[in-house]
This record gives sequence, C-alpha cells and structure tokens, in this order.
Amino acid sequence: MLLLVGTMKGLFLLKSGPGRKRWEASGPVFPGASVYAAGYDGRAGRHRIWAAPASMHWGAELCWTDDFGGRWERPEVPLIRFPAESGASLANIWQISPGREDDPKTLYCGVQPSAIFESHDAGKTWSLNEGLWNHPHRAKWAPGNGGLCLHTVLVDPSRPGRLTIATSTGGVYRSDDGGESWQVKNRGVRAEFLPDPQPEFGQCVHKIAQHPARPGRLFLQNHWGLYRSDDAGDSWQDIANGVPSDFGFCLGVHPREPDTAFIVPLHSDGFRCVPDEKLRVYRTRDAGDSWEPLSRGLPQKEAFETVLRDGMAVDDLEPAGVYFGTRSGKLYGSRDEGRSWELLRDGLPPIVCVKACLAGNLAAKRQTKTSPRAKRIGPRRRKAA
Amino acid sequence: MPVRFLIPGPLQPFAAGRRHLALEGSPATVGEALAQLWVLHPGIRDRIVTEQGEVRPHINVFVGEENIRDARGLATEVSEGCEIAILPAVSGG
Repeated sequence: MLLLVGTMKGLFLLKSGPGRKRWEASGPVFPGASVYAAGYDGRAGRHRIWAAPASMHWGAELCWTDDFGGRWERPEVPLIRFPAESGASLANIWQISPGREDDPKTLYCGVQPSAIFESHDAGKTWSLNEGLWNHPHRAKWAPGNGGLCLHTVLVDPSRPGRLTIATSTGGVYRSDDGGESWQVKNRGVRAEFLPDPQPEFGQCVHKIAQHPARPGRLFLQNHWGLYRSDDAGDSWQDIANGVPSDFGFCLGVHPREPDTAFIVPLHSDGFRCVPDEKLRVYRTRDAGDSWEPLSRGLPQKEAFETVLRDGMAVDDLEPAGVYFGTRSGKLYGSRDEGRSWELLRDGLPPIVCVKACLAGNLAAKRQTKTSPRAKRIGPRRRKAA
Repeated sequence: MPVRFLIPGPLQPFAAGRRHLALEGSPATVGEALAQLWVLHPGIRDRIVTEQGEVRPHINVFVGEENIRDARGLATEVSEGCEIAILPAVSGG
C-alpha cells in the first residue's frame, strides 16, 4: 500500500503492507515546491509514480520515479507546455490521471489555467487537448480562490472514449469521443454566487468522484451543494440530507459499494473549517439519502481543520481504507471504512493531495531499505472527545 | 570580453553544473543573450521564462546591478563584458 501525500512544501511517501498497521514514511521530495497532483501508474507492468512539483520561482513540471522514489526523473525541458500560439502559460498541474487499463499508454493531466494535456506514449510527450481548449465556454470560465484550475479528470473504465472533467469555475464537462468534443453537464448544480443560480455553466465544482464498478454513478461536492448523478452527469440530484453543511471540497467513494461515499463538510465558504470545531467524516451507505458522522479517533473539540479538494483517498483493500490530510498538516487513516481513525502523521506542511495506490510490494521494500530519508513510524492514536 | 551569465544554484544542473557561463556571441540585449543561453542549455529556458517568453514573476534578472524590470525588460541593452545575473526573488511562504 502506498500513500502519496502532496503538500505545500513537497511530496511525502508512506508505505505499508496490506494490514496497514505500520507505515514507513519518506520525504519530502521536491522540498519547497507545492505538489497539488500525484498519481500511480501500475499498468502494463509499470511501477511509476508521477508528481507535479510547482516552484514559486521556477514553475510547475511533471516528474516521475520508476523505483518508488529512489530516483526521480526531471526532464530537461518540462513535459507540459502550452503552445506559444495558445497565449497561455502553465501555472500549476492539478491532476494526473492514468487512462483505461486497456489503453496503458494514455494519461491525462488537468492544469491551471483550465485545460487538459494528454499523452498517448506513456508520458513521453504531451499535447494540449484542443477540443476543450477551443470550447466556446472557456473564455467565460473564471478563477476561484485556487485559480482557474481543471482539478478533476475521470476516465470511464467501462466506456471507451468517455472522459469527465471538472473545472473551477466552469463546472462539469463530458466527452464521449475521447476528448474531441465536450458537452456541459451541470444540470441541477447550483451557482449561488451568480445572478442565475442554475446557469448552464460557471459552477464552482470542487470535486467529483466516479464509482469504479458503476461509472455512471458520480458524486459531486460543490461550492455549496452535494450531488449525485446516476447517468454520468446528464442530471444531478441534491443529496445534502442530514449533513451539517453542504459546503466542502473533498470526496471519496468506496471501491466496491456504489452507494457508499465519504465527505468532510466545512462550515461555510467564509469560514472554511469543519463545523462545530469537530473533525468528522460523513459517510453515506445509501447513495446520499442519509449521512452518518464518523468521529472515533478524530478530534472533537477545538478542531479548526480544512480538507481540500484532493485531500481524501480510498484504497481498494478489504475492508477499504480511507485517508485524508488537512491544511494543518495532519494525515489521518482508517482501516475499517471510516469506523475508526488514526493519526498517521502530524506536523506536515499543509496537505493538498492524498492518493492511495496498491503498488508492487517487492519494489517498495527494496526502496525502503536503501532510502536514507526513510524512517519507520507507527500510527498515533488520538482519543475521541 | 564576453557577456557572462550568473546561474542560480537550482538551475546549475541544467547548465552542466556551472555557476558562470560566458557567451561567445555579442548579444545587444538581454533577450538576445537569453536566446543564446537557451540554445546552449535548453533546460534553463522554461524555468526562467513562461511559454509566452515573459520572465517568471518571482525571477529577477540583473544587468550589473540593475534589475531589467526597472529598465527596458528583455530589451535592456547589454555591453561587452557585462554580467547578467539570474536570481530568485525574495519570496516564498
């Protein structure tokens, strides 16, 4: 089991066996650079970790390692560059998404300013997706607090050519032809900050998650609003039933149960901390008809925590593990689908990205033995109030 | 005397590990000097300027002791034997 934890000051790697009881941590890689995007590509026999360090001075770039962090490759000329004629310059990389299992050379990146780059040679070369870049809506997309970012790229595992993206602000768009054309998919999603609260586009969608076993099932955490789609985004239903707030950023879905999802509600857009000073994950097991708070092991007083849009991940093991990182640098994990939580790491820089990956165990063990930065840590338990 | 570049530490891996680089040509402006530098060491380019050719906002380029932002930008003239220093700005967080 591998956790990629992107922070404002570098990338941290945590490795564990399938029991997930002890974690071996290393990092930071790219110290001083923010890492908003990371991903693991285990297709076609690869064991490749991608990361996107962004330096305030030197810009954002795409790097990778094929030996679990022993050696990172940093191309002389950055892989992702806007064409000069686009008039745009890369500000950040927000998402790294491998393509379908049966298309192992394809990858996608969502970037800022909002655009998709795609590679069809396993990441050697990348090009701007012209279909989305030339979409007539794009000129009217506007930046939120995080900048004009395309932060979500979902690849449909069951339907070749179907891609779903989310940009803030702009909303949800879907392509059914491999990215040649894009259709807006915001029907039912609110935009309370616009004169028309139900516009065709312009929504500030914070995150969408797709269920791997039922890809038409999507969950959406909006800038005010919590939604579900059962038709791949053609329509959205409000599912903010019994949550203390429908404002938030992150989302996670269960690897096998399409009705199970996890969120961390925040008080409001003005006060982006958890409600009532209590850090609680909310879980639905009925596709959003109801939500239950999960707080065992999480601080229940004086908690002023924020979990950002890519700050939550769910692994594929049985039972599923759930992980999230906070803006205050705390990394929490659950080995029992949210029933109880452990503080896996404290004192990290602000966490902006958490990815959980089932990775090759032998290679991971080899790297751990040789890494001078690796150190063994155990979970730190915090009493629930 | 050739025009000489001072390369900041984080970019020296893209300049064969060198702190100073001398140009063989005779550039008239900072822009021309940088263009020659990109040819010699293409990995430096995108770390100094954006895809649109603008110096990144947290990078300062000095000719002697003058920041080119206070002069004519990339059109700032360079003279024989001058030093062009590429320096990260005082910024962070």
